[in-house]
Amino acid sequence: MIRSRTLDIVLGVAGILILLGLWHLVTSYELISRVFLPGPAATFRSLERGIVEGALLPQTWATIERMLQGWLLASVVAIAIGSLIGVSSTARAYLQPTLEFLRPLPASAIIPVAIAVVGLSWKMVLFVVVFGSVWPTLLATVHGFAHVEPRLVEVSRLLQMSRLAFIFKIGLPNAVPDILAGMRLSLTVALILAVVGELLTGELGLGTAVLHASRQYRADDLYAGIILLGVIGLVSNYGLALADKRILAWKG
Amino acid sequence: MTAALARSWRGWLFPVAVLAAAELWFAFNPILSDTLAPPSKIARDGLAMLFDGSLLKATGQTLVSAAAGLLIGMVAGTAAGFAIGLIRTAERTAAWVVELLRPIPSVALIPLALLTFGYGYRMEYSVVSWATFWPFLILTHNALRQIDVRLIEVSRLMGFGPLKRIWKIMLPAAAPRLFTALRLSVGLALVVAVTVEIAANPQGLGLGLMRSQEELQPGRMLAYLIWLGVLGWAINYFLLLFEIRLFAHRTPHGGSTAP
Repeated sequence: MIRSRTLDIVLGVAGILILLGLWHLVTSYELISRVFLPGPAATFRSLERGIVEGALLPQTWATIERMLQGWLLASVVAIAIGSLIGVSSTARAYLQPTLEFLRPLPASAIIPVAIAVVGLSWKMVLFVVVFGSVWPTLLATVHGFAHVEPRLVEVSRLLQMSRLAFIFKIGLPNAVPDILAGMRLSLTVALILAVVGELLTGELGLGTAVLHASRQYRADDLYAGIILLGVIGLVSNYGLALADKRILAWKG
Repeated sequence: MTAALARSWRGWLFPVAVLAAAELWFAFNPILSDTLAPPSKIARDGLAMLFDGSLLKATGQTLVSAAAGLLIGMVAGTAAGFAIGLIRTAERTAAWVVELLRPIPSVALIPLALLTFGYGYRMEYSVVSWATFWPFLILTHNALRQIDVRLIEVSRLMGFGPLKRIWKIMLPAAAPRLFTALRLSVGLALVVAVTVEIAANPQGLGLGLMRSQEELQPGRMLAYLIWLGVLGWAINYFLLLFEIRLFAHRTPHGGSTAP
């Protein structure tokens, strides 16, 4: 009997090989026209060209930078505002219904408003990324503050802590798991909105690269761009999951 | 009762105050009229669009695309979720493939869908189906893993075949979680459909938003935006009510299975 962990790896690799094999078969028999689906070999050649020769690197960095900038800015804003709302039950009573109403609103729907106010530029994209990725972290922070252990709240009253001291000594540390979960969701949203912003503005980035490839029927470059965007999503997700683990290690 | 009333009263105060402030501000500073509009103008434009049918037509286009994509994503995702939830080898073989494919942002597929299908419903619902496939796959898989082992043992003892076991035991046991997957995915489908319309596809509410902006009709643009908020909120609210009605009597942790 093979050890379970080894079997996981063998089957995991097998799964990916099966996927690549199917992809190869579908394209080599032209079940789907190559105009829409190039073979894996052509796609990886294009990917190699893009990375080794550097044609796709500036675009990749631009998208990553846009995503991270917007996300960091949004996280700071969200944690600050979320703490202020979360720390007071009165503020929650007045503001939470509005927040709940805004939550299901598609973040991309703010794009036309942002174009009207900011103009069709990189500033608009950054604004939209920040605006859209504020919500998950903001709501998570409010939730984290609202669910602080009641006995800790009593302790803070007994110690006559100020609001500010409560936020930093009790509220924020207790909300950390919620905030991190919210920030992970926010990062996904940030990537999506960065790409949508690029599709609309034509600013340098993978979204624009992918759109140009599609307009010029360069399907291999199109798939290479999609793969790179997938890798960005995968790496950022894993990075944050690792960070979560380290930061939350004290919680056991 | 009075407490609930007071709560809801306080919840309304903030949005009403914002609207009143916006109205007053515009009454004294009518400069921004090409980019933003006072609430009274938004309401007038919204009602005008409601009565000339353009709002309902756009809503219909968006909802049809979202629903078609959701249906494909649901059927494919639930089927795949059952496959990896029931067969251990399939689960292990698919694990890495899922990890690799799932992080691909759905919007990255917009140019591909555009290339493949051109403008129209197909490119929109294909992107929606990709986006909704994953939550159904993951949540079905989780739902099956959380079925009480004793239920499966009972079905074995009763000599159920695999099909009967799925139909009589697993599907009903997983149903509350599957419905939660549906409720979450409905919201996602609406968001993705509108995003596709804003980024590329010239139809539906997304087009309405973009076109109103281009035609310098901020009243209409904001009316679309608010309508979209109401629509998303209402769909979620009614699905939540429906979910509690359907499953309140058998979810072990009380009525709400909301995350």
